[in-house]
Amino acid sequence: MINFNSIAELIALAEEKNLPVHAFVIAREMHTSQRSREALVEEMQRNWQVMKESIQRGIQNEEHSISGLTGGDARRIYAQRNTSYAGSAAMEAAAYAVGISEVNAVMGKIVACPTAGSCGIVPAVLFAAASQKKAAEEQIVEALFTAAGIGMVIEQNASIAGAAGGCQAECGSAAGMAAGALVELAGGTPEMVGQGVALAIKNLLGLACDPVAGLVEVPCVKRNGFAAVHAMVAADMALAGVKSVIPVDEVIEAMNRIGRALPRSLRETSEGGLAVTATAKRIEERLYGKKS
Amino acid sequence: MRGVFDIVGPVMIGPSSSHTAGAVRLGLMAGKILGEKAVKAEINLHGSFAQTYRGHGTDKAIIAGVLGFLPDDERIRDALILAKREGLDYSFQPVNLDGAHPNTAVIYLIGVTGRVARIRGASIGGGNILISNINGYEVELTGQYPALITIHRDKPGVITQVTNILSRYEMNIAFMHVSRQNRGETAMMIIELDDVLPEDVVEECRQVYEVENAFHIPAI
Repeated sequence: MINFNSIAELIALAEEKNLPVHAFVIAREMHTSQRSREALVEEMQRNWQVMKESIQRGIQNEEHSISGLTGGDARRIYAQRNTSYAGSAAMEAAAYAVGISEVNAVMGKIVACPTAGSCGIVPAVLFAAASQKKAAEEQIVEALFTAAGIGMVIEQNASIAGAAGGCQAECGSAAGMAAGALVELAGGTPEMVGQGVALAIKNLLGLACDPVAGLVEVPCVKRNGFAAVHAMVAADMALAGVKSVIPVDEVIEAMNRIGRALPRSLRETSEGGLAVTATAKRIEERLYGKKS
Repeated sequence: MRGVFDIVGPVMIGPSSSHTAGAVRLGLMAGKILGEKAVKAEINLHGSFAQTYRGHGTDKAIIAGVLGFLPDDERIRDALILAKREGLDYSFQPVNLDGAHPNTAVIYLIGVTGRVARIRGASIGGGNILISNINGYEVELTGQYPALITIHRDKPGVITQVTNILSRYEMNIAFMHVSRQNRGETAMMIIELDDVLPEDVVEECRQVYEVENAFHIPAI
């Protein structure tokens, strides 16, 4: 049976057989779920369809969330894309990611990737790449399997839950998944895929999970936009031949160690960081009344 | 290691897998256990559920589940309005349950024929749930597998009779849990299975002399 317990093992499989990473993620899943390749690809296509719908809805969204804290920013970012400093590709990715997260915040339909709080990052960069590089639908769906394989290893060796590892575990993991998928989509080698993951995660290590009023909105929604652009830069660096000095699995180990060292107050409890600022307290009071 | 669609997935209604998607599944489980249309729902919320339920739409999510909606149903956001239209009267009350998981709900339902169900469960992350109490019996039920639940008299041999029926139908047991309130009185058995449970099996289990009732909770 095909199996992998680290990114290095996944890369070794791909290099040995001279096949892309996604082939081994699919092969493993076929074995563990006892489902055909066609069935798996079909389910992933359905997920991609939901992702695309959430992007379209997101960049047009004017609706505010129940709390009133988020809504309408994706539209603003998208409108600015051609006159921006960062360039249209980056601004589009940011708009898509913020848009998906806004749809999530108004109780719309999304695909958790790996979580609801980080659901914008992977689909945003893949959609932006597809429109820039004209990638075929089939390749995008395969790249989603690559992203999944990376996320599976991260979850096993560290965490993808903000409550366990802080936001580095959610948006950091999503950025790593997104960067790896982008490298593969651009024709990078499996080794470069690993570099992309390492570079993306490394630069988001230590990120706190301190949501205002306990809601998946501030800073989550806009952070999805930043992390999407971040993943694109990591992928571009890896494709340019930049290497992470610390190998990818050691970066994931470091993420795990940092997650454990983070105080409880910065792990989705809303008892620290942004969540206890004066403004956050006022927002909390407006939403829930005075704490007894 | 979990699977591909646990990482890229599930498709769900936001904003939170634990406060929204998991909450739908808690409501869904309560509705399935009641086994008929609910006309009244009294819901107690503990911990983070109690604190943030409005902002996360946890109230809408639980009611949507009671109405039978799945976690990816876009009607979830309108569930409170739809409940009124369906004649489901609901209320929410924050409570403090000592030592409970921070995302715990106690859901008390009254059905259209007067049947009642009280379940206690927690949303334990990533949309997964754990039901810890059904109608006063301590249980451990995840909803990931089809389950057979029996209410029976606490006598020797009942478990064998029920598992014999399953064995005849070649049904493999994944997990099993037996509990009771007092020796010799009423007991509850939960058997989680690998495959979908045919209604014939449930009916045969009802025919076992000591079994007062048997019912089927599908995987959700």
